[in-house]
Amino acid sequence: MTEASASVPGLAQDAPVVPAARRSRSVLVWLSMAWLALIVFIAIFANLLPFASYATPVGMPRLGPSTSSFDQLFGLDGLGRSVISRLAYGTRVSLLVGALAGIAAMLIGTLLGLAAGYFRGKTETIIMYFTDAFLAFPPLVLLLAISAILLPSYNTLLLGLTVVVTPTFIRLARANTMTWAAREFVMAATNLGAGRLRIAFREVLPNVVPSVLAYFPTVVAALIVAEGSLSFLGLGIPSPTPSWGGLISDGKDFLRDSPFLVMIPSVAIFLTVFALNQVGDWARAKFDVTARD
Amino acid sequence: MLFVTFVVVALLSLAPGSPAAVILGENATPEAVAALEANLGLDDPVWMQWLHWLQGAVTGDFGTSLVTNQGVLDSIVERLPVTLELAVLAQLMALIISIPMAFAAARRPGKIADRSANFVTSILLSLPAFVAAPLFVYFFAVQLGWFPVTGWTPLGDGIGANLQSAFLPAFCVALIEVASLQRILRSDLITTLREDYVVAARAKGLGGAYIMLRHAFRPSSFSLVTVAAIGFGRLLGGTIIVEAFFSLPGVGQLVSNAVNSRDLITVQGVVAFIAIIYVLLNTLVDVGYGMLDPRVRLAGAR
Repeated sequence: MTEASASVPGLAQDAPVVPAARRSRSVLVWLSMAWLALIVFIAIFANLLPFASYATPVGMPRLGPSTSSFDQLFGLDGLGRSVISRLAYGTRVSLLVGALAGIAAMLIGTLLGLAAGYFRGKTETIIMYFTDAFLAFPPLVLLLAISAILLPSYNTLLLGLTVVVTPTFIRLARANTMTWAAREFVMAATNLGAGRLRIAFREVLPNVVPSVLAYFPTVVAALIVAEGSLSFLGLGIPSPTPSWGGLISDGKDFLRDSPFLVMIPSVAIFLTVFALNQVGDWARAKFDVTARD
Repeated sequence: MLFVTFVVVALLSLAPGSPAAVILGENATPEAVAALEANLGLDDPVWMQWLHWLQGAVTGDFGTSLVTNQGVLDSIVERLPVTLELAVLAQLMALIISIPMAFAAARRPGKIADRSANFVTSILLSLPAFVAAPLFVYFFAVQLGWFPVTGWTPLGDGIGANLQSAFLPAFCVALIEVASLQRILRSDLITTLREDYVVAARAKGLGGAYIMLRHAFRPSSFSLVTVAAIGFGRLLGGTIIVEAFFSLPGVGQLVSNAVNSRDLITVQGVVAFIAIIYVLLNTLVDVGYGMLDPRVRLAGAR
């Protein structure tokens, strides 16, 4: 977090370099991007950075945060493991799960939505029938049902999260496809004798992708929250592998005496979700045609 | 809706390891497991199981838990009041907070009140219940001692004590609702305030607050009603987290316990139950439009 605040003056100096023609992003969006870049960096290079092992104790249980050693900067958890290294490796799990499930859902959802919106007819009826059936469940309930069936593991979590957000992408891609497919250049391509598949992929898809991508940060934020909720209920990634929701879940029993065990991962989740939402709002305003007036 | 229940049954039949093996324990012989499976109808094809389940469900029999031996519907009914109270309380809080915020923001869009309201809702949107619950408990219950840390006082033990134990959990799940309701109502209000009849009312010299309540609020409230109703359905599921954290005896706790003990029949019953309520709510919303807006009602009659 210190790195994030340290980069503020740097950003302020860089700001005038942005060409005047482009509308400058708000400070909040810049800060959000800086924070996201920082946690992605930590997630990728967690094992190269000087963190202690997340699974082995480095001192007495529940020692408070202190500056005496780097491992103890954020304190030690209920088993004496370094919170800062668990947080760093947890970043990896939470981000990876969120991003992978988001990408998988985006690919599947865009293709199905494109098919439903462009080919219409029976294809659309069948795809939308399934979509609506899955949207009939509150997301967390559906996730719980999936974790109840398959034992908690990395793959279960990925599968469950993908299933939960795919319908959103299907609806989004379908709505966008329908607006673009009615445009003149699509009709022109049809009249030139282009095949339906070619039109769908060469003419319509490139226009649909930006709007769908603009929703990606918001969906990843929702996925990180969902992963956290499951871990909080003890249905996420099995221990000792740390995840942010798991850290809060582990720390909540010591809330009275060692509140830092809950506060630190909470702040990490809050900042990340906040940053993703900010970037998502900004991207939607910029790229999503349907959201504009 | 039938399809929804089929998905539930089909999903559960995909489960590795049969419930029969769970009941009989680890030392059961394969023959004994197979016999119990046949007894429970677990070796039938999926659609047969679904028909069986549906046959029971329409007569109010959601099956009997193989772990606790309690009827699933009984345990849902027993726990439903707690969850309903939480969801109603949370939605009320969300409406009470979000409507004035939306009024303040829509009066002068883009000005300081609007921008600060937007900032507050951005923060609320980033506070999931599992983050908010421990934080609020620490500050309001542990530090200030205003509320009990965990536990539930039934309504029978006095309404004051009951509300005190329900306030924090309901508040935690209300936060995200506040944000979505405020944003929806704000943008609808801004659109409505541009209408000619609002300008006419201004020209007649009516006060800003009067116009807001009498002229703008009702035509702007459709999306609010939709989002509130869907949010209510989501709250019924969303209280799982706070019920687990505050150890409240609600439906959410039932389902999270059932998942942990791999009590699939209970999970199946509760999930189907919540999904059915969710679908019913959405239908009710469509009916609700007609009551709110004479235009929708008349268009149907014409």
